[in-house]
Amino acid sequence: MYFDSLQSLLTMDGHGVYVWTAYLVTIAVIAATLLAPRYRRKRLLRQLAAELKRAKGVPGAARTREQY
Amino acid sequence: MWSFFHKLGSPPWLYAISCVILRWLLPVTLIALAVGMVWGLLFTSPDFRQGNSYRIIYIHVPAAVVALAGYYLMALAGAINLIWRMKMADVAMKAAAPVGAAFTFIALFTGAIWGKPTWGTWWVWDARITSMLILLFLYLGVVALYEAFENKEAAGKACAVLSLVGMVNIPIIYKSVDWWYSLHQPASIKFTGDSTIDSSMLYPLLLMIASFYALFACCLLLNMRVELLQREARTQWVKKLVSEAGTH
Amino acid sequence: MSAPGTWQFCSRLLRRQLLLAVRRPIDIANPLLFFAIVVVLFPLGLGPEPEKLAGFAPGVLWITALLSNLLTSDSVFRSDFDDGSLEQLLLAPQPLYLSVLAYIGAHWLTTGLLLAIVSPLFAVMLNLPVAALGTLVVSLLLGTAVLSLLGAIGAALTVGLKRGGMLISLLILPLYMPALIFGSAAVQAAVSGVQAVPYLAILGAMLCLAIALAPLAVAAGLRISIDA
Repeated sequence: MYFDSLQSLLTMDGHGVYVWTAYLVTIAVIAATLLAPRYRRKRLLRQLAAELKRAKGVPGAARTREQY
Repeated sequence: MWSFFHKLGSPPWLYAISCVILRWLLPVTLIALAVGMVWGLLFTSPDFRQGNSYRIIYIHVPAAVVALAGYYLMALAGAINLIWRMKMADVAMKAAAPVGAAFTFIALFTGAIWGKPTWGTWWVWDARITSMLILLFLYLGVVALYEAFENKEAAGKACAVLSLVGMVNIPIIYKSVDWWYSLHQPASIKFTGDSTIDSSMLYPLLLMIASFYALFACCLLLNMRVELLQREARTQWVKKLVSEAGTH
Repeated sequence: MSAPGTWQFCSRLLRRQLLLAVRRPIDIANPLLFFAIVVVLFPLGLGPEPEKLAGFAPGVLWITALLSNLLTSDSVFRSDFDDGSLEQLLLAPQPLYLSVLAYIGAHWLTTGLLLAIVSPLFAVMLNLPVAALGTLVVSLLLGTAVLSLLGAIGAALTVGLKRGGMLISLLILPLYMPALIFGSAAVQAAVSGVQAVPYLAILGAMLCLAIALAPLAVAAGLRISIDA
């Protein structure tokens, strides 16, 4: 390992701010690019399931509404 | 062989096989990324002139390479849709655009940050960064054109034409900007230093480039899956999928 | 009666476009007025010192010509799209590639050519050295032809859209950049006394490439927009 201590790893002779900002922002963007489609997919599946339920006219749901 | 292409044109098959691929590709990619980043951050010695900020190369260069390759992939997919009317190619093209734009943004951001300790300013109009910025505009143009069309089939074809035009122009743009920059800044310091890059620095860079390619593939497949579901929402196989997902 | 030959067809098309343009002189004057007004903006924004203006003059003139071209590129096909004549053009037996060149040629004759002719007047106002005026005109002649061709691609892709507007700018400005780089470099070279011919030659090469390839993209774009 090039760095002797955690301190020197973080500061990197003054360049630490730049290096760590670059790496952290990159990781954030990568995470967003990976997670966004999964979130959209789940939301889409939920939406489609709700539409399917409404189309079938689930009797249970209708009864609960009438009970109010 | 043709049955492979036939299967490739079938949405449920593509959806199923992308699930299988992602199950192993995603963990491998994440591990490779982690290994590459740790290697670059901790286990390589810094550049003689640029010091520790040189470590940004391990994300800047892979992001830039994949951003450019992604555009070519997008243009190629669009062309396949235009010529052979393969809808799956259209799905791939649409899925690739925002992913490519994200990678271009990473390349731009890391490039700008790298410029500060190296040259003292937050933004330098050097050839590579300027070309990356133009590439970002090209990506955003494709996204904007797709959204502007109401007829999504026409949107796909129009974006295919646009990305092909962009693909032809990218070498011209890059060469022009490169030449323009050398005209105005004769003594230019290249980001990658001298022509000979030390092998201890080369291997983590190659690993990062490979893992960024794999990462692009993962993001592309993830986006394609959502796009497939959206387009095929009214078909039997999606309805079956939805009801099965509901009962789990 | 047989259908007209291709060259006859295209020359008639060119003449028609020119006639239409001439009947609305304000449409021809608009980009020139825009060019004039924007050129005035630069001294107002940068300050009237002659040396500073002369330093920026090549770039300012070229960027302003580029923006004027951008404004007019949207309208190349729009009126014919709206009244359906574009659809008829697509059905005609004559190759679309050449018909499209007729449209673009007419566009260049009514915008780029005039811009190039008028530019020395504004160059003098910006203190551009007289020696560079010839290069300026030639670079604009070649460059605006390239810009017209590239702008037509954007126009063809967006002609069917209801809210095209700024979209065409986003699409074609990246494509405009190489022409801008070499055009203003040619004028800069002439200002500093260096040979400008290499840069003009590169502009000429871009023009040849654009004439060869752009109509393909324009034709494809028109078909897509009409089918949409």
